[in-house]
Amino acid sequence: MKAMGELVKGIYKENPVFRLALGLCPALAVSTSVENGLGMGAAATFVLLGSNIVVSLLRKVIPSKVRIPCFIVVIASFVTIVELVMAAYLPELAKSLGIFIPLIVVNCIILGRAEAFASKHGMGRAMLDGIGMGIGFTFALVLIGGIREVMGDGKLFGFMVFGPRFQPVLLMILAPGAFITMGLLMGYFNLLDEKLRKRAEARKAGEGGR
Amino acid sequence: MDYGQLFAVVIGAIFISNFVLMRFLGLCPFVGVSKDSDSALGMGMAVIFVMTMASLVTWFVYNYVLVPLEITYLRTIAFILVIATLVQFVEMVIEKTSPALHKSLGIYLPLITTNCAVLGVAVVNVNEFMVTELPRNASFIFTVVHGLAAGIGFTLALILMAAIRERLDLGEVPESMRGIPITFIVAGLMAIAFMGFAGLKVG
Repeated sequence: MKAMGELVKGIYKENPVFRLALGLCPALAVSTSVENGLGMGAAATFVLLGSNIVVSLLRKVIPSKVRIPCFIVVIASFVTIVELVMAAYLPELAKSLGIFIPLIVVNCIILGRAEAFASKHGMGRAMLDGIGMGIGFTFALVLIGGIREVMGDGKLFGFMVFGPRFQPVLLMILAPGAFITMGLLMGYFNLLDEKLRKRAEARKAGEGGR
Repeated sequence: MDYGQLFAVVIGAIFISNFVLMRFLGLCPFVGVSKDSDSALGMGMAVIFVMTMASLVTWFVYNYVLVPLEITYLRTIAFILVIATLVQFVEMVIEKTSPALHKSLGIYLPLITTNCAVLGVAVVNVNEFMVTELPRNASFIFTVVHGLAAGIGFTLALILMAAIRERLDLGEVPESMRGIPITFIVAGLMAIAFMGFAGLKVG
């Protein structure tokens, strides 16, 4: 049960992008389509999983004073692996993600999880945490990418979803669309959170009264 | 040396492909440190300095270490280590030489290590000025100037945003949109304004 908790907390309760406001740069930059979002999400999840495992295994070896540089080296090694593999097997995707693949190194989610979670917990839980956070990040990217692709291009996964008379909102594919989508989504998630909390409180009060 | 081209690099980095609003780099400090103009200015100055230094140092590392050893594929690891060391070093130097400056910039410096704009500028420099056929001295000048201009572009966006957010505090923003969400909406509007520069032809 507890293991499940580690896995699913990243999706909504501690969603790295919407709730913790981490990893914003790639979330906005590569989310022009669902496909790019999925690719970036998968790459980040792999790095997150790898770095969480290695950091958690080495947590008793790394002196606490130099831990940040050590984490960064571990993360950068995994990012280099992703960079080379992607350039070799998925050159199209590598091209459209561009400089945001090397920039996974400075994605605050990954360093943040290494510091806050993996360096304090065993390998099993660190793995689950890495997968969970990765799924949460991918979910956010796919959501933003989906909205932008449907509105800005009239397509989803490259297939037309509207009839030929649909006028795409070009703005959504361009930079401003990313900012506005992100702002509205974050606002929506805040609203949702507020509603859920109020409902939980009302239920509690109802139970207490009985 | 072509000065027209150099001018185009400067205008391009500040306005046309502004690092924050067009390239989406350095969003964390952009959202986090834009609450008031004073800290925005402090952060901006620190970023300009570190970005210029990082461009300079990574140029040497790339051309005199990575290329001769034929390990350019390790550039991500090399650059991030160099930048982290550089930031630490700059912090130590400022602390020793000018305590007043350290007091105003000090808290921002450690944050800069994980600012993706700094690693971003190094990677963009490699793609645009180093793997191309530019002569070595031109590539060096372009790299450093691009680093400086990118830092100025970042600071410009940060200060504009801080000024807007100070006024925004007085406005009536819906409860759930307060803080980060409304900042993104404002950034979106700013990005629309900056898109106007895209039609500019310089150089």
